[in-house]
Amino acid sequence: MAYSEQVLDHYENPRNVGKMDETDAHVGTGMVGAPACGDVMRLQIKVNDAGIIEDAKFKTYGCGSAIASSSLVTEWMKGMTLDQAGEIRNSNISEELALPPVKIHCSVLAEDAIKAAIVNYKSKQ
Amino acid sequence: MKLPIFLDYSATTPVDPRVAKLMCDCLTQEGNFGNPASRSHVYGWQAEEAVENARRQVADLINADPREIVWTSGATESNNLAIKGVAHFYHKKGKHIITSKIEHKAVLDTCRQLEREGFEVTYLNPTPDGLISPEQVADALREDTILVSLMHVNNEIGVITDIAAIAEVTRANKVLFHVDAAQSTGKIAIDLATAKVDLMSFSAHKTYGPKGVGALYVCRKPRVRLEAQIHGGGHERGMRSGTLATHQIVGMGAAFAIAQEEMAADNARIQKLGQRLWNGVKDMEEVYMNGHATQRVAGNANISFNFVEGESLLMSLRELAVSSGSACTSASLEPSYVLRALGMNDELAHSSIRFSIGRFTTEADIDEAIALSLNAVNKLRELSPLWDMYKDGVDLDTVQWAAH
Repeated sequence: MAYSEQVLDHYENPRNVGKMDETDAHVGTGMVGAPACGDVMRLQIKVNDAGIIEDAKFKTYGCGSAIASSSLVTEWMKGMTLDQAGEIRNSNISEELALPPVKIHCSVLAEDAIKAAIVNYKSKQ
Repeated sequence: MKLPIFLDYSATTPVDPRVAKLMCDCLTQEGNFGNPASRSHVYGWQAEEAVENARRQVADLINADPREIVWTSGATESNNLAIKGVAHFYHKKGKHIITSKIEHKAVLDTCRQLEREGFEVTYLNPTPDGLISPEQVADALREDTILVSLMHVNNEIGVITDIAAIAEVTRANKVLFHVDAAQSTGKIAIDLATAKVDLMSFSAHKTYGPKGVGALYVCRKPRVRLEAQIHGGGHERGMRSGTLATHQIVGMGAAFAIAQEEMAADNARIQKLGQRLWNGVKDMEEVYMNGHATQRVAGNANISFNFVEGESLLMSLRELAVSSGSACTSASLEPSYVLRALGMNDELAHSSIRFSIGRFTTEADIDEAIALSLNAVNKLRELSPLWDMYKDGVDLDTVQWAAH
């Protein structure tokens, strides 16, 4: 399968790889997917008192498109409000990365991960 | 551009240059281009002689009679002809067939078709290391069983089935035994004068011959009957019509003759290379060789790198031509059905890479493969939340995953 330049770039140089303290009240963690399906994404956001996402980290088990999708959204989310981040749609991701139809589920998973992280953060407030 | 190192010999092999030369001699006006079925002139006679010589070369490799060899377009057609041919000829005797869950799709899909036609198929479960035992076959036999079809060497995990022992069971019970030997020619000795196998499928392109040609061994004593699947002219004693492709057949014969001559030397070299590869990666944590440790062919190393997903691993290994699962399924997102049939969990099945080594593989190729693999696995584990959890002592089987 041929990968787009954008996917290759994120795959070769993934942004914001890492892990934050899940117990920190400022940190929201979203873990989506399942090993059986071949994709697991863990997306974390750190939200400041003004409600702005000041940092985002990810780790992903999955194909290159899944890694690229999660890497991309960590870049996008930094500096956004929770509402803005909640508006990121999988179509934005798949368009930016030029994902082929068989890889659209990777962008759906990234959208789910964002939502799960936001829900997790809000549940701690 | 630097070409990727070819480590996918179980998918196909390059044609040996000695074989290619002989094939080229059977194409043009100056060459042996005649129709082997033409009886009225020298062009036909010469082509027939070349085809019969090749038939002898194939028969010699497996210690059979040349009259027991039927030319086909490849192992897929041979499997179709053997299984459907037996089912359609012997259906009045019974409609039960036995095979296994780790067969090639050419066997499994053919069996599925027969199920649609009203046959019943039993799919045997292999042991976790990929073996099917004679006892299992014996236990699955029924009054109405007409055929057992099993592969000699598994294409994904390289495990060898003890066909001689299973053949004793089938012959004693008067059930026909078909073996798909696409992956075993030139890798292990086959002696059909002693092994009581009734039908055996072969492919040229897995043994340094051309694609598009194969053969089916059809036992003469006791005589095995088949219902033809392709009609039109009655070639190959009525079992497979169609003008014989002289150049392809000459290529297959030459490739099998070389295989017979060089098998021992090839195997000794490939065995060392396989060991070198495994030694190079086995000290990493959570790395497993799939399939039986010793009852296997030398060139196949199917390795699971736990907590790393196979497709992303392949992406990191772009300088290697290897496959994840089998070549037929590497475009799909499903983990290999063979590895799953071994009882392997999905993460491990998703994490497997098949390296297959062959005649033209060098030590330098293997060393490069080791370095690239170590580097890629370490990089992807740094990215893997599963690796994090494993390192933190989390048992992944106890996690509630949100399946999608």
